[in-house]
Amino acid sequence: MKRTFFSTPYIVWMIIFIVVPMLFIFYSAFIQDGHFTTEFVNQALETPLYISVLIRSIVVALIATALCLLIGYPVAYILSNMKKSTAAILSMFFILPMWMNFLLRTYAWQVILADNGVLNMLLTTLGFAKGSFMYTQGAVLLVTVYNFLPFMILPIYTILSKIDRSHIEAAHDLGANSANTFFKVVLPLSVPGVVSGITMVFIPAITTFAISRLIGGKKYPLYGDLIEDKIVASGNLGLGSVLSIILLVLVIISIVVMHKMEAEQGNEEGGTLW
Amino acid sequence: MKNKIMRTVCVLLVAMLVVASLALSGCTKAKETLYILNWGDYIDPQLIKDFETEYGVKVQYDTMANNEEMLIKLESSTSIYDLCFPSDYIIEKLVQKDMLHELNKENIPNIANIDEQFLDLSFDPGNKYSVPYMWGTVGILYNTTMVDEPVDSWSILWDEKYSGQIYMYDSMRDTIGITLKYLGYSMNTRSEQEVAEARDALIQQKPLIKAYLGDTVKDAMIGGEGALAVVYSGDAVWCVDEEEGNPDLAYAVPNEGSNLWFDNAIIPKSSKNPELAEKFINFLNRPEVAKQNSEYIGYSTPNKAALALMDEYWTQNEIYNPPQEVIDRCEIFRDLGDFTSVFSDAWDAIIY
Repeated sequence: MKRTFFSTPYIVWMIIFIVVPMLFIFYSAFIQDGHFTTEFVNQALETPLYISVLIRSIVVALIATALCLLIGYPVAYILSNMKKSTAAILSMFFILPMWMNFLLRTYAWQVILADNGVLNMLLTTLGFAKGSFMYTQGAVLLVTVYNFLPFMILPIYTILSKIDRSHIEAAHDLGANSANTFFKVVLPLSVPGVVSGITMVFIPAITTFAISRLIGGKKYPLYGDLIEDKIVASGNLGLGSVLSIILLVLVIISIVVMHKMEAEQGNEEGGTLW
Repeated sequence: MKNKIMRTVCVLLVAMLVVASLALSGCTKAKETLYILNWGDYIDPQLIKDFETEYGVKVQYDTMANNEEMLIKLESSTSIYDLCFPSDYIIEKLVQKDMLHELNKENIPNIANIDEQFLDLSFDPGNKYSVPYMWGTVGILYNTTMVDEPVDSWSILWDEKYSGQIYMYDSMRDTIGITLKYLGYSMNTRSEQEVAEARDALIQQKPLIKAYLGDTVKDAMIGGEGALAVVYSGDAVWCVDEEEGNPDLAYAVPNEGSNLWFDNAIIPKSSKNPELAEKFINFLNRPEVAKQNSEYIGYSTPNKAALALMDEYWTQNEIYNPPQEVIDRCEIFRDLGDFTSVFSDAWDAIIY
């Protein structure tokens, strides 16, 4: 009884800000002048250009996720092996930038990467030649990874620090070396953290549009840019809505797949961020 | 204990809600309100306060990022706006959709202050629905420390010498439009062949350009981060300013011609208070008000009585007040109707 009472504001909030807007999206995607239409769906699926943008977005998001995992896992591992107090202070440094808005952090990178920016100033003082970093594919990836890295580190760190030390000691006692212990014991036990990390990086990475515009100068546009362009610049609500739904379906599929993977691993340790 | 705190919090919340709703309903009832929808940073805020004091009304001022956003907002059945400032070709579209209130000129005597060459234009013959607010050209902003040659043709944007130093504008009509001009065609072409040529030219240009930017191009050019950029004249005024901008920058409208654009005051048919909106339009066209506003924004005023009050900094500034021959070689956008889809397909092919 009490539980339902306290969840009422949340349910009302969800209906107003999640369900109703979704209905609007579905309405403008399938209804034109009061009639049901599949025109926008056909257009979205039959234009090769839109498909290739989608594929490019998936590839970029996958690369960004892989980079986050490659950087994030070792960091989380090192953190989890530190003294609790040191680890707490260090993980603060990863959380601290998240107190600032994501767009502001992206704008800050503009200042760093600009031709006459901080990075080039540093390079010239050190005697290196100036480089051109802004508006490149590399810059887009760098800022994407920077923005989403904490979402990879934190869930993995949480899981790793919860692993019972006696498992590792037992592995050592039974003669496993460090590498064996890591691959046979630590890594499998940390899978739930890796799965939530991947989900939490992949989804924002595939739906982002601000980074490719602000850092990529729209030379490497993603699916999010296409949706924004269709709705805001061309005023084509129908097509924009269909494109949004396609992206939504893709996100749902990836969440389901990730959950399946997690379930197959059998996570007795439990406690992911989802 | 915990329960007590919860209860106190609840009571406080309810009290706050009651006070807030009372305060809000109090305001709206007391004064007439004028709802304005305008581009960001496109009016001197002091003028809104002046209008409020003089007429004893309240102004609710909202901003939009582009014409299409405005169209969506006006078309919504819950539109509250009394006054809006769309561009030329959008007015044509709004007239076709029968969405505009026919102006009562008796309430706008100051329309007489507007230069005749900016009245009775193709998008609104006889100014039945609109009064020009600001105008300008589209041209090339360039950094004189990086560009030695005279800038008089759009072709410089295709010059490999400046590879990686060119900014294009992230706007379909403007970017395809200037390319059509570069190729010697009309910006309002209805020929698929010509649009396809413009598309190919822009795709071919893509490796040379640094980025497609919106408003941020101003900061990039002022910071010396590029040699050439396509900008609106009103933005160029600030970019070349010695104090606010970068004196190394200069602006040119190429010989092939360019776009001459107008943003105009209109009243949607759905407005509940068209008379007050007309008063506001009239207020904006007082010579001293139009002067103050135009000097604040930096965009050119069509108000010749205001121009007469302005000093040399403005009147001698060829970006702000271009010579007649520049105006003559420019073209005003027309609504493309269904042909818009040909433009947007071309734009998709360029960007994506």
